[in-house]
Amino acid sequence: MASLVGSRVERKEDKRFLTGKGRYTADINLANQTYAIFVRSPHARASIKKINIDKALKSSGVVSILTGKEIADDKIGGLIAGWAIRSEDGTEMKCPGNPPLAKDNVNFVGDPVAVVIAESLAEAKEAAEKVEVDYKVLKAVTSTADAMNGDTIHEGIDKNLCFDWLLGDRQKVKEAFDKADKVISIDIINNRLIPNAMEPRACVADYNAASEEITLYTTSQNPHLSRLIMSAFGNVAPEHKLRVVAPDVGGGFGSKINVYNEDIVCSWAAKKINRAIKWVAERSESFLTDIHGRDHVTHAELAVTKDGKFLGFKNETIANLGAYARVFGTVTPTYLFGPCATGVYEIPAAYTNVKAVYTNTAPVDAYRGAGRPEATYTIERLVEKASMELGIDKTELRIKNFPTAFPFKQTLVHTVDSGDYVAGMEKAKQMADYKGFEARRKESEAKGKLRGIGVTSYFEACGIAPSAAVMSLGCGVGLWESAEVRFNPTGQVTVYTGSHSHGQSHQTTFAQIAADELGVPIENIDIVHGDTDKGTFGMGTYGSRSLAVGGIAIVNACKKIVEKGKRVTAKMLEANPEDVEFKDGEFVVSKSNKKKTIGEVAFACYLPGVRDEMKSPLPEGDEPGLKETSFYDPSNFSFPAGTHIAEVEIDPETGHVKLEKYTACDDFGRIINPMVVEGQVHGGLAQGIGQALYENAEYDETGQLMTGSYMDYTMPRADNFPEFNIGYTCTHATTNPLGVKGCGEAGAIAAPPTVMNAVIDALGGQEVTMPATAEKVWKACKNLKKSNAKAA
Amino acid sequence: MKDFNYHSAKDSKEASKLASSSSAFLAGGMTTIPSMKLGLATYKDLIDIKNIKKLSGIKVSGKSVTIGAATKHVEVSNSKDVKKAIPSLSSLAEGIGDPQVRNRGTIGGSIANNDPSADYPSACIALNAIIHTNERKIEAAKFFKGMFETALKKGELIEAIEFQIPEKSSYQKHPNPASRYAIVGVYVAKHKGDINVAVTGAKSCVYNDKEMSKALSGNFSSSSIDGMDLDSSEMNSDMHASADFRASLVVTQAKKAVDAC
Ligand SMILES: Cc1cc2nc3c(=O)[nH]c(=O)nc-3n(C[C@H](O)[C@H](O)[C@H](O)COP(=O)(O)OP(=O)(O)OC[C@H]3O[C@@H](n4cnc5c(N)ncnc54)[C@H](O)[C@@H]3O)c2cc1C
Repeated sequence: MASLVGSRVERKEDKRFLTGKGRYTADINLANQTYAIFVRSPHARASIKKINIDKALKSSGVVSILTGKEIADDKIGGLIAGWAIRSEDGTEMKCPGNPPLAKDNVNFVGDPVAVVIAESLAEAKEAAEKVEVDYKVLKAVTSTADAMNGDTIHEGIDKNLCFDWLLGDRQKVKEAFDKADKVISIDIINNRLIPNAMEPRACVADYNAASEEITLYTTSQNPHLSRLIMSAFGNVAPEHKLRVVAPDVGGGFGSKINVYNEDIVCSWAAKKINRAIKWVAERSESFLTDIHGRDHVTHAELAVTKDGKFLGFKNETIANLGAYARVFGTVTPTYLFGPCATGVYEIPAAYTNVKAVYTNTAPVDAYRGAGRPEATYTIERLVEKASMELGIDKTELRIKNFPTAFPFKQTLVHTVDSGDYVAGMEKAKQMADYKGFEARRKESEAKGKLRGIGVTSYFEACGIAPSAAVMSLGCGVGLWESAEVRFNPTGQVTVYTGSHSHGQSHQTTFAQIAADELGVPIENIDIVHGDTDKGTFGMGTYGSRSLAVGGIAIVNACKKIVEKGKRVTAKMLEANPEDVEFKDGEFVVSKSNKKKTIGEVAFACYLPGVRDEMKSPLPEGDEPGLKETSFYDPSNFSFPAGTHIAEVEIDPETGHVKLEKYTACDDFGRIINPMVVEGQVHGGLAQGIGQALYENAEYDETGQLMTGSYMDYTMPRADNFPEFNIGYTCTHATTNPLGVKGCGEAGAIAAPPTVMNAVIDALGGQEVTMPATAEKVWKACKNLKKSNAKAA
Repeated sequence: MKDFNYHSAKDSKEASKLASSSSAFLAGGMTTIPSMKLGLATYKDLIDIKNIKKLSGIKVSGKSVTIGAATKHVEVSNSKDVKKAIPSLSSLAEGIGDPQVRNRGTIGGSIANNDPSADYPSACIALNAIIHTNERKIEAAKFFKGMFETALKKGELIEAIEFQIPEKSSYQKHPNPASRYAIVGVYVAKHKGDINVAVTGAKSCVYNDKEMSKALSGNFSSSSIDGMDLDSSEMNSDMHASADFRASLVVTQAKKAVDAC
């Protein structure tokens, strides 16, 4: 039987998606349901003096109006940060309370203060307009760089500082810098982004008074984790009385990891009114209240010798958390950021210092890449600048500092098990025709255009993550994953996974893996996910962990099935279990060549006994049935890596940046389905290029979101991109049986510095901030013209 | 969206009779419906004019192209007749919004709305258009009054727009990267007697740049306006482009348009 792993199997999920038969949360309608509208703060910072709901209560169709007072009276808990980070001085991070409905203070535009529940959506909207909230407006803090000098947002949190964290050794770094021939330094901004999943958030909550169970349908990347948080911290219901279902989900990119205010409020309120409640975000609500990403201000320095050896690295960053610290809010700018900031290089001494600050803006949390794009942007912009200042070719300088042996003990935390960075660089150069660039630059020049080339070599730590490691770093849970593989008596297989697919194609790739492991045709394998009533438990999907953690749990559960199958076959065929081999769906006794198919074995497991022809005795100690579970805890992170090269052409008259060529050469370890991986790379690149050239979440000084719709927030479109040139090198991960590493975030991690390095190269080394919009580039072109004129 | 009454008018007369201070005509709905959904506009009555046959269609004579007010952008961009008579007008239509918008939005709705960054108003100015309403004919130069403001009176319905066929013309737009409306769009048209340089997006309302037309009348070449330093004091400034950048873009786009003529 041909192996399915490695082939372009068509996606099982496409039939339902392409024929409009997907079932998203907003498609779910329950009998007798009501509709919720949230009354949200129009102010970035205010105290709530009074809420008057009298008029709204009289509005037609209103069922109930609830505020922060009722939430507090019912002792419903707030939203939480999932990781406890300690400051350099040893003190614990400082987190404010974050009630699901604000009671005393609101801290960003969109912070919900009340929920209006009515018989129809129109009635709920109308009544919501009649809720009168009397605010005392306070001065907002919105700037990342100045947050520590602003008014105190949360009582008791001095300087708006959540923590002041250090990773690395300042003294060693100082010594390295003292020895340096040259110090390269940059100041950069990692612009704030809004994830913009195609499907806005939504939830439908239901209460069954007879069983006392709450069911919550919600747009989540991790239903089990949501249930755990809502139960343990939200106090909504005990876990066994709370079912969380995340059906088809239209994109998450990290924005659907969090439990949100609406999930808790609707679940709690459904029980209170004993009716189902439906809430679907409008796009403007998504802009305002989905978690945002990035938002760092960084000063970084690299100490080098004159021939280009890296000696030391400093990284001083202020990270904006927004109004509250959420699930991955505090780990994203620390352990997902700091360790990767030294990049793919051997740098003997390094440190990263992060000051995480609160501001009156939407909470900032993990967004595709989470911390690693910010890290890669820092080091790769710095290395490119070093190449300009040292006059060493940008690819040579990188190669010079690559590790030569694996495992590679990276400066700050990670031990990278496998990779071949030089091979990746050489292949990328070839794919991009790096040598031919100078000729293309001249051609552009002849047309009056400026052409630039930019390179990024990255690695990232994903496949998160070993429980012992992350818990020692402050994570509130272990990051293992579970799988359950069930055979039916007639031989089909259902695989339950704790991972969640919201675009990742698990139904296909996980089925490919199980098909290969079990020798069962892929049509006979179903992947089930997204329901706490199905499958044991799951930590969900983020951090490129589904395959490298969740996929391995499936492999391990399949292996247990095969082990049992061998014992059962041995008993049936009167052989020794050690003599039974399994291949292509058949158990073969090596000595006699007698065999049983896995289907026959499954059947036998469900019908144990001997009668006439049917001989399926079970071995002693084995129970009937064929079902195995695995909880897999990885022994290490996984470390995809690669080199990307971009070429841009700039029109100096309009400042328009045209991305001419984009080459991505990645090492994702073993590839299960190349078509699916291409899709992941394309999507990641689109978001990374979007960050570099188009996207920007902008608040004004009063905390109003200026880019709150697609009229002003530039979502990239297909015509903004060239045909992507995608290739791979492959070194297998040595820490998991499939040799896989993860591919979901690579594009978003590598693209921003790659594109910006190209833009800045075209602009003769002048800094521009992301996104490189026409006006910024036009100004830089004018400066360039001036300085060229001076030089001539 | 608040409740409203829907009417479908069978002719211009009925449409204008139904109109009141709290009504709007419904053409493509591409501006009206989103404004209502966002609560920026509320109307008691929406008067659908798409079923008025007379308002749709394209007619070409020797001197002019006349487009019915309810003609969709996609029809203008696909029309062989328009492509032949005024190719720049068909490519302008092709550059409006996205396919969904072009499949619903209409030329009459666009100019009645007079968004300062809409494309069609520049075509009207550059191509010496005459706006035919159910009451009168209005010269384009007198039609566009200011930001979202036109010479239309309450209940007055645009029936058609008559464009003069130029000798040469080109429309060059520097789009807002997010909305793809014009940050600056310049429509240059060379007629027998005059040259128009219509600019949209730059100021609160479309205008004919007399300085550039004058320079181009002497010598119709982009070198005549190269490096021109336009006064930016009345130009729009927002997060996508400052007034100075817009002033520079007006010249750049005008040069491109002249080169493309
Ligand atoms: C996403 C998006 C992108 C867009 N991008 C662009 C762009 O790039 N460039 C651009 O120019 N435009 C753009 N538009 C606007 C688009 O061209 C609209 O079609 C136009 O603004 C309005 O036309 P409509 O037919 O939809 O009018 P409607 O929304 O139906 O009506 C708009 C207004 O015009 C009035 N009206 C309509 N017809 C008449 C008439 N015959 N007589 C008198 N009054 C009338 C109505 O009373 C109403 O007040 C965009 C719109 C959207 C939604």
